Amino acid sequence: MKLISFHLMPYRPLDFAEAAKHRSAWVVLPNSLYDPVKGAEEYARYIDFLVDAERLGFDGISVNEHHQNAYGMMPAPNLIASALIQRTKNIKIAILGRALPIQQNPIFVAEEYAMLDNLSKGRIICGFVRGIGAEYHSTGVNPYFSHERFHEAHDLIINAWTQPGPFPFEGRHYNIRYVNLWPRPYQQPHPPVWIPSQGSSETVYWAADPARKYPFLVTFSSTELVTRYLNAYRDKAREYGYEPEAGQLGWACPLYVAETDERAKAEAGHAIETLFNNYLRMPFEMLIPPGYTSFNSLKNFMKLRTNVGGRISTADELIASGTAIIGSVKTVRSKIEEMRDKTGLGILLPMFQFGVLPDDLAQRNIELFASEIMPHLKG
Amino acid sequence: MPSEAKIVKIGDIGVSLRRAGKGPPVLFLHGADGYSQWLPFFDALAERYELLVPEHPGFGASDDPPLIRSVSDMAMFYLDFLETLDLRGVHIVGHSLGGWIAAEMLVRDRARAKSLTLISAAGIRVEGVLSGDLFIWNREELLRNVFYDQHFAEVALSLKPTDEQIDTMLKNRFTATKLGWQPRWFNPDLEKWLHRIKLPALILWGNQDKIMPPAYARLWRERLPDARLVMIEKCGHVPQVEKLAETIGPLRDFLAEVSR
Repeated sequence: MKLISFHLMPYRPLDFAEAAKHRSAWVVLPNSLYDPVKGAEEYARYIDFLVDAERLGFDGISVNEHHQNAYGMMPAPNLIASALIQRTKNIKIAILGRALPIQQNPIFVAEEYAMLDNLSKGRIICGFVRGIGAEYHSTGVNPYFSHERFHEAHDLIINAWTQPGPFPFEGRHYNIRYVNLWPRPYQQPHPPVWIPSQGSSETVYWAADPARKYPFLVTFSSTELVTRYLNAYRDKAREYGYEPEAGQLGWACPLYVAETDERAKAEAGHAIETLFNNYLRMPFEMLIPPGYTSFNSLKNFMKLRTNVGGRISTADELIASGTAIIGSVKTVRSKIEEMRDKTGLGILLPMFQFGVLPDDLAQRNIELFASEIMPHLKG
Repeated sequence: MPSEAKIVKIGDIGVSLRRAGKGPPVLFLHGADGYSQWLPFFDALAERYELLVPEHPGFGASDDPPLIRSVSDMAMFYLDFLETLDLRGVHIVGHSLGGWIAAEMLVRDRARAKSLTLISAAGIRVEGVLSGDLFIWNREELLRNVFYDQHFAEVALSLKPTDEQIDTMLKNRFTATKLGWQPRWFNPDLEKWLHRIKLPALILWGNQDKIMPPAYARLWRERLPDARLVMIEKCGHVPQVEKLAETIGPLRDFLAEVSR
């Protein structure tokens, strides 16, 4: 199993009492609540934390893109990736991902990924996502055209990486007479593309298509949903006539391991609640604007999702549903192995720091995981 | 009361259309919320006119053709609609999004139109005066901001929609998003061509409208070549529901005058 240390870079010094007066920690949370002196410290510590994963034996480190919120301070994840490249030697750096539809011109995504791939001599993994609904409020991009823009941007980027330039790209949203990428990507034909998602069936089917076989990562979902979506990918792959490899199936989740279940919950319980109840809290209208998902996906989502968005979750519920893996070495290991057996997953992206979890606990968490659990998963 | 809704074909596009009354034709174009029910306002119009109330493509029981991607497309569709049904001398009454569609039609071609009535219309922008953000509000916030008299909001909130009504609401909201999200409820190119609407126009507006604030009414009056403005006191975004008498009165007078 490939193990990748994943980080969101939340703004921990947030004044929660003040933040609670607003509809969400996204879109409308006044940025006067961001203190750049404290924020700069956060960046420094988080980058140190990610870099350290190389020493601990991880296969990769991962960042992602989110805009205008206290949940994740990486509107430009490529900047963080660039810093990580300079401070690491061999570890893979996964940017999971860039939100394609909200870009005004995806050619810049193609260029920057290609640059990072050169700078790292081929250590980059490229994620393509659509951003979450709130980001359509924050950027003004029409969510109705989200899927259309995603697919068009995807085609433009892949063509830019793989076709000899210059060539014209004739789209509905993007029209470029001279696509001619300098630099070209280091990895040939192009860097690996991974698709993180919360499981919309359109995305699952598209990623599993034999023309792409993009690894599919389910993020922040109950084990029931992770199982359902990964198995949907497998079923679709079989329908397409092939058997997916373990490396095509991934799971990203907050993870905390300590000496006992009780201690793990006592140390991480509050932090995991802040992730879901404070940082990720948002009304439905913000999370899923109309057209962001298909009509049917929206209706399914309304039925299935209870733990993201508006509702308050307790640590016990998040642990019970498997949305967060929190417990002793034995508990955490068995939960991961159980999911591996159920789904055949081959990529795990634990998030060792989440919510307000302080640095010392995050450090102990990742070290304990690396020494006690990693050897069993890699073996 | 209208005849039952019938699906009429405009080219390949099936539209749900309700008709009532006899007389010169009045075309009512609904707002972003879609057609919800037959209103006393419609009965009042149907006393002297032949009233046509279609559901726009992408709304309610009408088809949702991929061809329609913008309000400009919607305007071209309605020009086809007038031609296909061979309507002439039409009084066009547009509410909110429907007002925007009406204006986009008439800057292109006013040959089949007799007059224009805009009720709380979208389509243009007054810089510095934001329209209400009905995409970020929940249903309760939306209804409370739509009506000045909160009694109307409370009645609407007390009704529990059926599954079928929820489907329709979602369908309408998808199309409203497609048409109105970016730029938010206006076309930057429309305002500069409004002088082409050389028709008598009536602008009806609630003076407490929180969706399209009254400053928008004044800009419409300035830009349309032959427009009069009636501000309705203590009224929100849907005057034809909230202040029926104050809305239908000036509208009837206007239609009678321009029909002469």
